[in-house]
Amino acid sequence: MTKGIVTGIVSNLVLIEVQGPVSQNEICSVVHEGLPLMAEVIKVLGNTAYAQVFESTRGIRIGTEVEFTKKMLEVSLGPGMLSKNYDGLQHDLNKMKSVFLKRGEYTEALDYDVKWDWTPIAQPGDKVTGGDWLGEVPENWIKHKIMVPFTMTAEYTIKSVTPAGQYTIDETVAVLVDKASKEHKINMIQTWPVKLSVRAYKDKPRPSRQMETGIRTIDTLNPIVEGGTGFIPGPFGAGKTVLQHSLSKNAEADLIIVAACGERANEVVELFTEFPHLDDPRTGRKLMERTIIICNTSNMPVAAREASVYTAMTIAEYYRTMGLKVLLLADSTSRWAQALREMSNRMEELPGPDAFPMDLPAIISNFYARAGFVYLNNGNTGSITFIGTVSPAGGNLKEPVTESTKKAARCFYALSQARADSKRYPAVDPLDSYSKYLEYEEVQEYLNANVSPNWVEEVLHTKDLLIRGREAYDQIGILGEDSVPLAYHDRYWKSELIDRIILQQDGFDPIDSSTPMARQRYMLELILSICDMDFDFDSFEDVMPYFTKMINLCKQMNYAEYGSVTFKRYESELHTLVAERRISK
Amino acid sequence: MNSTAFQKIYTKLNQITKATCSVKAAGVGNEEMAIVSGRYAQVVKIIGDSVTLQIFSGTEGIGTDAEVVFLGKPPVLKVSDQLAGRFFNAYGEPIDGGPEVEGEEVEIGGPSVNPVQRKQPSELIATGIAGIDLNNTLVTGQKIPFFADPDQPFNQVMATVALRAEADKIILGGMGLSNDDYLYYKNTFENAGVIDRIISFVNTTENPPVERLLVPNMALTAAEYFALEKKEKVLVLLTDMTLYCDALSIVSNRMDQIPSKDSMPGSLYSDLAKLYEKAAQFPDGGSITIIAVTTLSGGDITHAIPDNTGYITEGQLYLRRDTDISRVIVDPFRSLSRLKQLVIGKKTREDHPQVMNTAIRLYADAANAKTKLENGFDLSDYDERVLKFAREYSQAILAIDVNIDTVNMLDTCWELFKKHFNKHEIGIKEEFMTQYWK
Ligand SMILES: Nc1ncnc2c1ncn2[C@@H]1O[C@H](COP(=O)(O)OP(=O)(O)OP(=O)(O)O)[C@@H](O)[C@H]1O
Ligand SMILES: [Mg+2]
Repeated sequence: MTKGIVTGIVSNLVLIEVQGPVSQNEICSVVHEGLPLMAEVIKVLGNTAYAQVFESTRGIRIGTEVEFTKKMLEVSLGPGMLSKNYDGLQHDLNKMKSVFLKRGEYTEALDYDVKWDWTPIAQPGDKVTGGDWLGEVPENWIKHKIMVPFTMTAEYTIKSVTPAGQYTIDETVAVLVDKASKEHKINMIQTWPVKLSVRAYKDKPRPSRQMETGIRTIDTLNPIVEGGTGFIPGPFGAGKTVLQHSLSKNAEADLIIVAACGERANEVVELFTEFPHLDDPRTGRKLMERTIIICNTSNMPVAAREASVYTAMTIAEYYRTMGLKVLLLADSTSRWAQALREMSNRMEELPGPDAFPMDLPAIISNFYARAGFVYLNNGNTGSITFIGTVSPAGGNLKEPVTESTKKAARCFYALSQARADSKRYPAVDPLDSYSKYLEYEEVQEYLNANVSPNWVEEVLHTKDLLIRGREAYDQIGILGEDSVPLAYHDRYWKSELIDRIILQQDGFDPIDSSTPMARQRYMLELILSICDMDFDFDSFEDVMPYFTKMINLCKQMNYAEYGSVTFKRYESELHTLVAERRISK
Repeated sequence: MNSTAFQKIYTKLNQITKATCSVKAAGVGNEEMAIVSGRYAQVVKIIGDSVTLQIFSGTEGIGTDAEVVFLGKPPVLKVSDQLAGRFFNAYGEPIDGGPEVEGEEVEIGGPSVNPVQRKQPSELIATGIAGIDLNNTLVTGQKIPFFADPDQPFNQVMATVALRAEADKIILGGMGLSNDDYLYYKNTFENAGVIDRIISFVNTTENPPVERLLVPNMALTAAEYFALEKKEKVLVLLTDMTLYCDALSIVSNRMDQIPSKDSMPGSLYSDLAKLYEKAAQFPDGGSITIIAVTTLSGGDITHAIPDNTGYITEGQLYLRRDTDISRVIVDPFRSLSRLKQLVIGKKTREDHPQVMNTAIRLYADAANAKTKLENGFDLSDYDERVLKFAREYSQAILAIDVNIDTVNMLDTCWELFKKHFNKHEIGIKEEFMTQYWK
């Protein structure tokens, strides 16, 4: 193993004089007062290695010993990760007992003392390669596949498979033989370097199936798909985190991985506190059972923040290769970019726009490219849907992180300050936001087949009504309420009806917070039918009171159990109200 | 500031800049404190045998033959109950003429709390100010700044909040505080008879600006002692964080770092987060709540300082003068407490969230009506009514000198709703309507 000594310290960057070979991104330990502090080599110049330390460098002295590991930053993959709370380097936070995070106190990601209920899938004689399924163990409610390690990319023949039974993760479950007749013992643990993408799949087609999120402004207006990518930019306080939390609670995924990247600890505590108690409506189990939290809050070391998103992505790729539908959420990718900026600054690299590193766009797009829908070697499918938040400086979307992300992600959920200020939550701007997937033919077919025969057309019509409403509103503002034709008021209030009933959603109400697709269809078609009606008004002053009454009734419907007596009562009141002024064609 | 015999002393400075000096030395730890010619300094960079020190009070008059004494430890504070009621400078040295504090020496700016060891904040902090309690409820363990223009009475409001908050300890971190404001706090606390619950770390405008960098961590280290060891409810007041950030930019500039937006260091977000994230609710009852002041220049919140702060804190409070009633209010539009949903409708009456939102929506409608009026358009009957509502709402509830409890605030809102509106204009869940619309 190569060793070295510290020759310089600039904040969390240390210079190391190395005695032997080192590689880029190699992990090393700076041994400070007996504690091994993890660091990653980010540049090598002659026999000086520059390493970013994943911890505070306080007290480190010149001459401190460094040990290199020959490995890049890796995660350990195996059963038992579900429900865990990890730091950015995959140390189990729950295993750390003290109130404060102690430097150099690292904990195991997996549990070595738990026995798992192993059932073989593969047979002796089968030809296998990295990512192929050897067997499975139940992990909470999923069937956790034990796979040929991703690093074993050649072809192997299975020599033996351990019979069904209870085993710990480090016991051998299969023996493989390579072309040179060498035997490889496989247990339930594998490791993978986080910065490289896992490619243990056959094919990555265009995604086509909608992923339901329960959030109307997404599902109805700008749907995301299984294996899709999206991002949520917005100024502070606009509702990025609340929206991501709603996604994590309601999205139709097998597994949720939340990367809290450089954001507030209290927000993660909210997940820790609530998820063990909240029910997953689809399985009836607790939400925590399908969730993994990677938590590197803003006060935790900056370098580990950068690593945290990769750790999360790698774990997502691992579960995707089991044929699962994974939703990966990262809040906020801007903090990750800032970590890159801090380091690039310290390295005195030539800065790009806003002092971010020049290769920021490439880094972001490589990361988003790791998401996706895949066909596995065995014909099964799996997906990673990735949604990141972006926190643009000054709320101005013309900044490097937003612009780079816009090129990489296919759904754009722009949160608007004005909507947030007027408490129109979720503050997703209906006109600026888009989903490229809505233009995919295969997605259109899927929606029309699964939601409603004319669904895509209805959605586009809704968008038109919103645009026309906005135009009418602007005209009213310019010309004055009594100087515009009555139709302008009608148009504006119809868009307001869509806005208040379809787009706005009370994220904290037990019923309204999540709307299944069937209910979204019902409500949209109901609202559109009203929007297509002509009403008889004597003066513009009649328009607003009439529509506020309608909005009020529809809102009560949103708060009521779908199809319940109360729901129907409000609906019939609505029909009576509509009939009052409706002009039959 | 005494050096003891075993400390290493160096006398050969090879570089002096406006804020830093470098000396050839060995065995020095990163971030270690030192004394250079009687001035406090801290190690900020070590390359080989060249150690760069940041001298807090500046390098004016420092010679190449200055005596450098390394103290072998990062900045520390001695913590014990003796801190209570005392006033200190940025280095934690008494400035009130009292004795040195005895106690355990603790490194300031220490490690962060393991997130899984935190508790979810759930205890409401009542202030009697509706702009806070009703619309932007504060919770123990929260961190929130006032975004204020320099001419606004933020120090007075903060002192009021601190006194009403029923905290076990109030720790004031003053950065670039004018001497008058410092005395204002001191007198206010003294007059309220709470001086034994107050601890102050103060850097006034008369002190060197870079010294300020130590103030928040001194205050927060003291806070951690009382919150963790004594399980107390601690309130930390930090004013003015903009001046703290200015000091950060001075230092990074003098260290030749590439500035990012508004000449602030690229690490501003992380630097501020490390401080603000010290706010926490601990499992066995203690808590640290941070209320800060970030002064704005010309109300610009896109400037790097308020912008980064907003991304870190759990909301922000704005003060505004409501010219209709000639009183200061907490602005209901832009102010936000992110943690309020943990307590409103749970620790307060169940109709709280909906009443709050409805009142603010109506207040917003009033703002629109006002714009209409200013643009010379006729007002509708509804416009007239929301304007009346807004005025009374502001007068009876929002003005910061009103001091009532939340039940009272909610009842007043219902009265105003009934007085000015029809049921359907309110849009509140029916179960609350039947109960409170009487
Ligand atoms: N859907 C919603 N329903 C009700 N309130 C909401 C909703 N979304 C956001 N809010 C309010 O806005 C506040 C801020 O939201 P959130 O924390 O998600 O903002 P953010 O965009 O993540 O900000 P930051 O960038 O600072 O992290 C919340 O605490 C809540 O009060
Ligand atoms: Mg957020």
